[in-house]
Amino acid sequence: MTDGMEPENAKPEMSEPKGDPGKPEPLVTDPLREHEKAAPPEVVESSPEPAKGPLPVAPASVRRASSIDARRFAGMSRRELLKLAPVLALGAFAIPSLQPSLLKKGLAFSDWVSARLFRSGHLAPTFADSEVVPFEKFPLNFYDLADPGVDFDNWSLTVTGLVQKPGDYKLDKIQALPRYRQNTRHICVEGWDVIGRFGGARLSEFLAMIGADTSARFVYVECADDYYETLDMATALHPQTLLCWEMYDRPLTREHGAPLRLNIPTKVGYKQAKYLTDLKVTNVVKKYGYWEDQGYSEFYGL
Amino acid sequence: MSGTVVEITRTQGDETEVVGRAAYEHPLLVRLCHWVNAISLFVMIGSGLQIFRAFPSFGAKIPQKDLLNWPKAFAIGGWLGGALQWHLTFMWIYIATGVIYLGYQIFSGNYRQVLFTRRDIPGVWPMVRHYFFFGPKPEVREAYNPLQKHAYTTVIGLGVLSVATGFAVWKPVQFSWLGWLMGGFHWARIWHFVIMWAIIAFVFGHLVMVALHGWNNFVSMLTGWKKDPEY
Repeated sequence: MTDGMEPENAKPEMSEPKGDPGKPEPLVTDPLREHEKAAPPEVVESSPEPAKGPLPVAPASVRRASSIDARRFAGMSRRELLKLAPVLALGAFAIPSLQPSLLKKGLAFSDWVSARLFRSGHLAPTFADSEVVPFEKFPLNFYDLADPGVDFDNWSLTVTGLVQKPGDYKLDKIQALPRYRQNTRHICVEGWDVIGRFGGARLSEFLAMIGADTSARFVYVECADDYYETLDMATALHPQTLLCWEMYDRPLTREHGAPLRLNIPTKVGYKQAKYLTDLKVTNVVKKYGYWEDQGYSEFYGL
Repeated sequence: MSGTVVEITRTQGDETEVVGRAAYEHPLLVRLCHWVNAISLFVMIGSGLQIFRAFPSFGAKIPQKDLLNWPKAFAIGGWLGGALQWHLTFMWIYIATGVIYLGYQIFSGNYRQVLFTRRDIPGVWPMVRHYFFFGPKPEVREAYNPLQKHAYTTVIGLGVLSVATGFAVWKPVQFSWLGWLMGGFHWARIWHFVIMWAIIAFVFGHLVMVALHGWNNFVSMLTGWKKDPEY
């Protein structure tokens, strides 16, 4: 049907080889089906100049041009268009009633991946003393107030939950543990970062001291300024996770969270709670964290 | 598959006449990836700019030197936490379409249609002259001219880099080597930002070309078939 019907204006490189002499040509060929057939090996690029640019997939793809009735072509085009329907599924994100839960699931998936990516033996980069910013240039972010007025003399860390030795731990008890100092990068969720010098006890060693059940899922902390945070156990046991009582080799200042804060170079800034007052080892948390409960990532490992 | 050219015919009585030609240019998977990617890119850029608003600067926090005050109206998420939700959700869609697209292109051989190679180099300048300096139109022999191939190949590279720089910013501890490759954490954030603008520049040029090339060309990204191709 198509043979002999070639438009005269067809360019030479488009003039396709005529149908196989051995095979009868179907009357109307469906070009979509046509693809499924292997290209006949004897198909040659009809372009006389091989140096010319190739057709999309040359030369085997220069298949016999078949013909198709205009109405069939319109129908085929419509079907091809309908095959794009799965794209509309993304429209669910535009539906107000679905959007929050979809985004929550997306964030939860990201957290799940983050937890898989976390390697307990992998250390955050540490830096030379010369790379640490001066103490005065270490930024301060409070969610509420710079100084919740902690009474240092009567301060203690109240330990509860899945531990053998619950109770109130004075600062000197925590400071009796080996002190670690590290120059690490503090990264804020806002996008800025700062290399600082932190010192304190390893949370893992404190957890050992209080006889914590480290198969529990979380270490939950509460703070003097009503801030609260939940730390996954894997991160709590990481060697760079510190119960931090000093910065720049000096006792923590009030605005940096005195007398005790968390320093976790494998986590974003908001996980590193200041002014700690309570610590609980637990498998369930009613509320996860001050920012997390407003929609920020729960795991946010770096 | 691409490269299949058909004649469109109309039959009236015994007469069958050829009324046009059509070329199959875009396989279904490519079209799906294109539109999903268009949406996810839109969300990634919009939410990325909202995230940027939280610290519209590079380098030190003290003193902070703001680079630009991006209007909230042209951002997605409303606040930093919301924008992060969008960004951390759609990045998986963005990555998935990228992987599926690249995998398909490689295994189907379809990449040959669009990959910029050495033999395309001589054709670049005539095309630039035509587009930007009113030069004569070079003869079109394939679906993509050398300049288009250059653009589409480059933007794939930009897409890969957008993901790599993104991971360097998102996971600076687990992928600290990525940040190191980019010149450090600060530079990773700068690159992430720069690459976004490069992609925006591509999208702008892409949309201009779509507008210039007309309806049939646009429809081909919907149905796969380009009516009356120039070649």
